Amino acid sequence: MKNLYLHEDCIISPLGCTTSENLEHLRSGTTGLQKFNKSEFLDTPICAGVVNSEVLAEAFSAIGDPKAFTKLEQMMLLAVHQILIKNPDLNRMETGLIVSTTKGNVHLLEDLCVFKKERLLLSNLGEIIKDFFGFGLKPIVVSNACISGGLALAVAKKMINAGKFNKAVVVGGDMLSKFIVTGFNSFQALSETACKPFSKDRNGINLGEAAAAMLVSDTPKKDSVTISLAGDASANDANHISGPSRTGEGLFKSIQNSLKEAGISSEAIKAVATHGTATLYNDEMEAIAITRSDLGATPLHSVKAYYGHTLGASALIESILCKHMMLNNEIYPSLHFNKLGVSKEINVVTAYQNSINLDYVLKTASGFGGCNLAMVFKKEGQNG
Amino acid sequence: MPIMTDLHTELKASIIEQLNLEDMEVSDIENDEPLFGDGLGLDSIDALELIVLLEKDYGIKLTDPKKGREIFESINKMADFIEANRTK
Amino acid sequence: MANLSIDHWVRIKDGKIIADGEVIFASEADIASFLKAAFKFLNIKYPKFHKMDRLSKLGFIASETVMKEEAEISEDTALVFSNNSSSLASDQNYQESIKNFPSPSLFVYTLPNIVLGEISIRFGLKSENVFFIEDEFNAKLLIDYSAQLIESAKANKVLCAWLNLHNVEYDVFLWLSSESHKKEITEEQIRKIYDADYD
Repeated sequence: MKNLYLHEDCIISPLGCTTSENLEHLRSGTTGLQKFNKSEFLDTPICAGVVNSEVLAEAFSAIGDPKAFTKLEQMMLLAVHQILIKNPDLNRMETGLIVSTTKGNVHLLEDLCVFKKERLLLSNLGEIIKDFFGFGLKPIVVSNACISGGLALAVAKKMINAGKFNKAVVVGGDMLSKFIVTGFNSFQALSETACKPFSKDRNGINLGEAAAAMLVSDTPKKDSVTISLAGDASANDANHISGPSRTGEGLFKSIQNSLKEAGISSEAIKAVATHGTATLYNDEMEAIAITRSDLGATPLHSVKAYYGHTLGASALIESILCKHMMLNNEIYPSLHFNKLGVSKEINVVTAYQNSINLDYVLKTASGFGGCNLAMVFKKEGQNG
Repeated sequence: MPIMTDLHTELKASIIEQLNLEDMEVSDIENDEPLFGDGLGLDSIDALELIVLLEKDYGIKLTDPKKGREIFESINKMADFIEANRTK
Repeated sequence: MANLSIDHWVRIKDGKIIADGEVIFASEADIASFLKAAFKFLNIKYPKFHKMDRLSKLGFIASETVMKEEAEISEDTALVFSNNSSSLASDQNYQESIKNFPSPSLFVYTLPNIVLGEISIRFGLKSENVFFIEDEFNAKLLIDYSAQLIESAKANKVLCAWLNLHNVEYDVFLWLSSESHKKEITEEQIRKIYDADYD
């Protein structure tokens, strides 16, 4: 089984249009969330991670006509564009393209605007990205709820091992819409204030929109440290279609299997980047799965309080952040945490840490439909 | 004979329709039978849907969704709550 | 690369359920009547069926047809599904409900992988899941992915499916694969089963 190596990446979010802008804000603990008393999405107050459409359109106009692409497409195309300019020698005819999204352009259901009905199809979104950049291979589109962004990396690894290609661009994104916001609101899942992962007074999620892209391949960087996806596993809870298993069954199994594939025990994990959406049930379930895996003392964080929950982009963005934490020996703090509000003792990082060697990091994610995903990232090519 | 008002019957019919309880008749639901857990076996999504029903049919906006479990304990409890709070 | 067998398969279209080559059920093609009649034909007690959206009902009927041929069901039977429409039919229903009262029981089905959850609950599958969106049935993708799962010991069996619902038109092909040391199924053979007409 070939490892999957993580190369250049780009995050487009309320925290910036480059990964480095995003990292600056994460290090300083600056949130990208905003409060809205009334919004185009809901009449009642919400707190969400919104990308400024004008700023986005201006950035996008350097590569295309913003009027011809939806906000989601602009974010995803900009993210891929930044990968490609850093890799001018990339053979696009032989590079895979893997796209992750939960709802794509679902906002068009309310009003198609200038777009045709086909724009609603997620496969169409894949074609748009492919054609814009002249990729040669058929895009693979993954839509598996909130684990999609990480699952897309696992798919890349499998397809590389199947010999389909040696390199792939993995891109993920989701955008806010009345559809999505009213839906989560009907679940009583939203918090009107900034979310508080793992906190005692947490009361729901914030939603967000964002996109991210990363180049992955079967080859590490030459003479340099590279981060690889050393193990991954997904397992369904087989319990309920919208609530997580109370015993964290599926996530626990995913964690165990991903550790097994990476050939390590939980002791080797130096940090955990959780899903941490700040709902009562998710955080409790995750804490249970984490402590069942003997990771209760391991530093962990959730970045949902910076971005909100960006659905199909979230696990990809959070994997990119794992990569940078490992390369820079740092952990970004979990915001808005005051008192532990889960039944198990876990180690929530609340202040920025650096000079901490992270040779293995675990990323967890869960989603509607009872799905769960765990990924083990490994630092390779270190000296000594 | 348990008290059966129009509201009780109306509620049962609404619940059967809203929650897709196929092949169920109004007469199959007892007034004091637990709606969640062992009785009718409704789940968390059903509870959310009942909150929507309260607003849609009776104009009651539940500000604390956690109160839902108490109110939705049985048809009797639901009917009592609706009588006391309905605006439609 | 792991060689896969096809242990059982089911094809659902035009009011028919075809299992391993035999038409086992036929009724009116219109989706509402078909789903009701097909569920009755299954002859199982599963009240949750009626809460499902049409995509999940189709997936449920298909997997029930194949899985009942299995003497023992492994919790590591992975689910590798695909379609073109994602959950569009349910998305449209939910969008309608936003006009007055957004419905949580409609919203819950506005993701294509919910059907994987329903199938997992039904059979106790705590396995690998993936849902791909393709413009048309792509057997190669599903075979390659399944082979990788089995090769890396992440699954011992895989339920693969093309589960498409375009408005009221349904097109379902689902098969159960495991590692084969004898007869290996090819992409052409799978495609043949999908393309065939069954009377």
